[in-house]
Amino acid sequence: MKRIDGRKADELRELEIEAGVLRNATGSARVRMGRTIAVAGVYGPREMFPRRLQKNEKATVQVRYTMAPFSTDERVRPGRSRRSQEISMVAANALEAAVFTEDFPKASIDVFVDIIQADAGTRTAAINAAAVALADAGVPMRDMICSVAIGKIDGTYVVDLAGKEEDASVCDFPVSYMPNLKKVTHMQMDGNITKKDMEEMMKLVVKTCEKIHKAQKEALEKRWLK
Amino acid sequence: MRVQDDFVRKLASEGKRIDGRKMDETRPIEIISRPIEKAEGSALVRIGDTQVIAGVKLSVAEPYSDRPDEGSLMAGAEFSPIASPDFEPGPPNAESIELARVIDRGIRESGAIDVKKLCIKKGEKVWMVSVDINILDNHGNLLDASALAASAALANTVFPALDKDGKVDFYAPKTKTKLPIAFKPVACTFYKVGDKMLLDPTRDEEHAATARITITTRDDGNVAAIQKGGIEGLTEEEIMYAAETSIKKGKDIRKLIK
Amino acid sequence: MSDLLKKDRDFVVPGEKLVESMEYLPGRNCFRDGDIVFAKKMGLVNISGRVLSVIPLNGIYMPARDDMIIGEVTDVQSNGWVVDVGAPYQAYLPLSGIRGYLDSAKTDLSKVYGVGDMIYGKIKMVSSTQSVHISMFDRMCRKFSGGRILKVNPAKVPRIIGKSGSMIDMIKRKTGCRVVVGQNGVVWLEGDCPKTEEFVMDVIKQIQDNSHVEGLTNKIEKVLDSGNFPARDRVPDEGVEYEKD
Repeated sequence: MKRIDGRKADELRELEIEAGVLRNATGSARVRMGRTIAVAGVYGPREMFPRRLQKNEKATVQVRYTMAPFSTDERVRPGRSRRSQEISMVAANALEAAVFTEDFPKASIDVFVDIIQADAGTRTAAINAAAVALADAGVPMRDMICSVAIGKIDGTYVVDLAGKEEDASVCDFPVSYMPNLKKVTHMQMDGNITKKDMEEMMKLVVKTCEKIHKAQKEALEKRWLK
Repeated sequence: MRVQDDFVRKLASEGKRIDGRKMDETRPIEIISRPIEKAEGSALVRIGDTQVIAGVKLSVAEPYSDRPDEGSLMAGAEFSPIASPDFEPGPPNAESIELARVIDRGIRESGAIDVKKLCIKKGEKVWMVSVDINILDNHGNLLDASALAASAALANTVFPALDKDGKVDFYAPKTKTKLPIAFKPVACTFYKVGDKMLLDPTRDEEHAATARITITTRDDGNVAAIQKGGIEGLTEEEIMYAAETSIKKGKDIRKLIK
Repeated sequence: MSDLLKKDRDFVVPGEKLVESMEYLPGRNCFRDGDIVFAKKMGLVNISGRVLSVIPLNGIYMPARDDMIIGEVTDVQSNGWVVDVGAPYQAYLPLSGIRGYLDSAKTDLSKVYGVGDMIYGKIKMVSSTQSVHISMFDRMCRKFSGGRILKVNPAKVPRIIGKSGSMIDMIKRKTGCRVVVGQNGVVWLEGDCPKTEEFVMDVIKQIQDNSHVEGLTNKIEKVLDSGNFPARDRVPDEGVEYEKD
C-alpha cells in the first residue's frame, strides 16, 4: 500500500520537537508532525482563579486548545468552538493522569496550545507538545505522554494519519500513552473496527510512542544541556 | 513593581535604557517569511523576545451591494493566554480591541491594499482578505510587532487557485500571483517615560510609561495612521520627534520585509 | 550495585526508570512504584549512596519555612499585606510579622508597604492548608528602594548562591555590586553604575544557563576578573538599610 506522502505504513510523519520556544511561559514546546504545527505553553502551578474551582486536595490541569484562524484551508473563526472545548477537555484528562497534582493542592497548572497549522492529528500534536512543555516547566510527573493516531486504509494499519488520509481511513484512532508506565490516558475512535483491529492498532501505538518519547527527550536535553 | 519603574525612569532621565539601547533603537528584529504553508501569506516576527505570527487567508465572497467592484479586507488580533502570565480570561479587553483596530486601520483605511483590484466579477464575486494575528510571547511592543507581521504576511500573500465553479481550490497549488499591495505600512511606537520618548519599549518600559504614540508610515515616507494612547499629554515637539523618527526607522525596518 | 539504569549526572525526563531494586531509596524528585524508582522531574540524576534523586533544571518556587524571599506587595488589607512570591500560593505578611507596634486603626498601612513595593522577607510558616506567612523580623529584612530587579529560574538559585554563599559572595566582592538573591528566584541588585549592574546581571544569567557545567565557579571567576572592577576586600553588606518603623 502506498501512502499519499510516500511513507511506510508504520512510519510517523516528519517529527520535529523544540522545547523552550517561549520566554514568558514556565515551560514551552513546538511540535511539528508533518504539516501540523502545535505550540504549547505551560504556566504554573499557580494560584487558581476563580477560587471556587480550587480543589482542596490537588491541583487542576487546565488546557486551552485553540486553532489559529489561518491554520486551515478555510479560515476558522477565532475563539472557542465546541470542537476546541472538547479537545481541550480530552487533552486535560490525558495530561492530568501523568501529573503529580497532589503536590500542589488548590493550584492550577495551565496548559495553552495554539495550533498554528492544521493538517490532521492536531490533538495528538497538541498533547505531544503539552507533555514536553510540562516537563520543560519542571512539573513533577509520573511519565511523559506520547500521542499518535492510527488508521486503517485498504486493510493496512497506518500510523499518524495525515491530510486526506483521515477521509480514506475506516477509522481514526487517536491514543495517548505513558510509555514507561504502559498506561493509556486518552483514547478516542471514530469508525468501524474489530477487536482484532484494536489489538493490532494498540501494538502500533506502543511501538510508535517509543519513537515519540525519544524525540521528546532529545528536545528537552538539547534545550537544557545545549 | 515600583522599584523597577523607578529604575526605568531614573535611567530614562539620564538618557539611558534598561537594556543599554539608545532611545531610538529597536531590539533585534527578525522576520520569518511564510512559516504557515496553508495560509496564502504568513510571517513570524520576533522583536527581541516578543513573538507574533500573522496569517492571511483569501476567500471568494459576494461584494457589498453599495460597493459592487470592491473586495474586502479585515484584520483581527487575539491576545492568547499563552503570551503572558497576566492574561485574564473573558471577553477581549479594550487593549486587545485597540490593537486589532490599529492594525486594521493601518492596512485597510490607509489603502495599503487597493480593494478595487480584488474584484473578480463586478457585483458577483470579490476576494475577501483576512489578516489574523496570533500573539505567542509578549515582551513589550505588541503593536509594532503585530503591524510588521501583518505587513510582511500581506507582502508574501499569493492568490489561491480557483476551481471551475469559481471557488477556492484547496487541493491545487497556490498561484504565483501576488496580492497587489500599494505600500507596506510599518508602525513605530514610542512610550513616554519621564520626559523621554522611547522607541520599541520592553514590558518594563511600558509599565513605567505615562503616554504612548504609534505612527504608521508608508514606503514614500508619508504618514498613514496615528494612534495616541495613555493619559498624559504629549507636546508638539514630542509628536514631531516621533513622526520624524518613525519615518527614518520605518525605512530601515521595511527593508526586512521580503 | 550494577543494577542502576542511569549514571550520576545523566539527563532524565519524568517517568524514566532509575533502578529496579529495593536496595535503593527514592530521594528528591523521584518516586517508587513497586520495585522501580522513577524520575519525577526533568533534571540530572544524583546518586548518593543508596539514595537516588534528580536535580531539577526548571520549576516554580515552592515556599518553605525560613526561606528568604523577595516578593511584590499586591494588596493592602486591614491587618496586613498580600505578597506575590511567585509561588502557587499568595503569601501574607500580617501586622504581627513586622518589627515594632503598629496601630492599624491609626496608620495607613499602604504608607508602610504599598502595592508594587518589593520586600525582602522570611517565610515564617507554611500551613497544611497552603497558607503562607511572611515575617520581617530578620535583620536583613526590608523594603527595597532603588536598585533593580532580575527574575531567574528558581531551580537555579542554589547554584547562583553557591555552597554557603561562595558564588554570590564572589560576585559581590569582585564587582562591588550589592546583590540580594531571594530563594524564590527574584534578585535585587544595585551597583555604582548601570554598566556594573548590566555586567552582574549577565554573570547571573550565565550561571543560570550553565548550572550543569562542571567547574562553573572557576569559569565565572575568570569572567568576573575580565570585568576590571577595583578589587574590594569586603563583601558589601546589604543588610544595613533597615526600613523605618
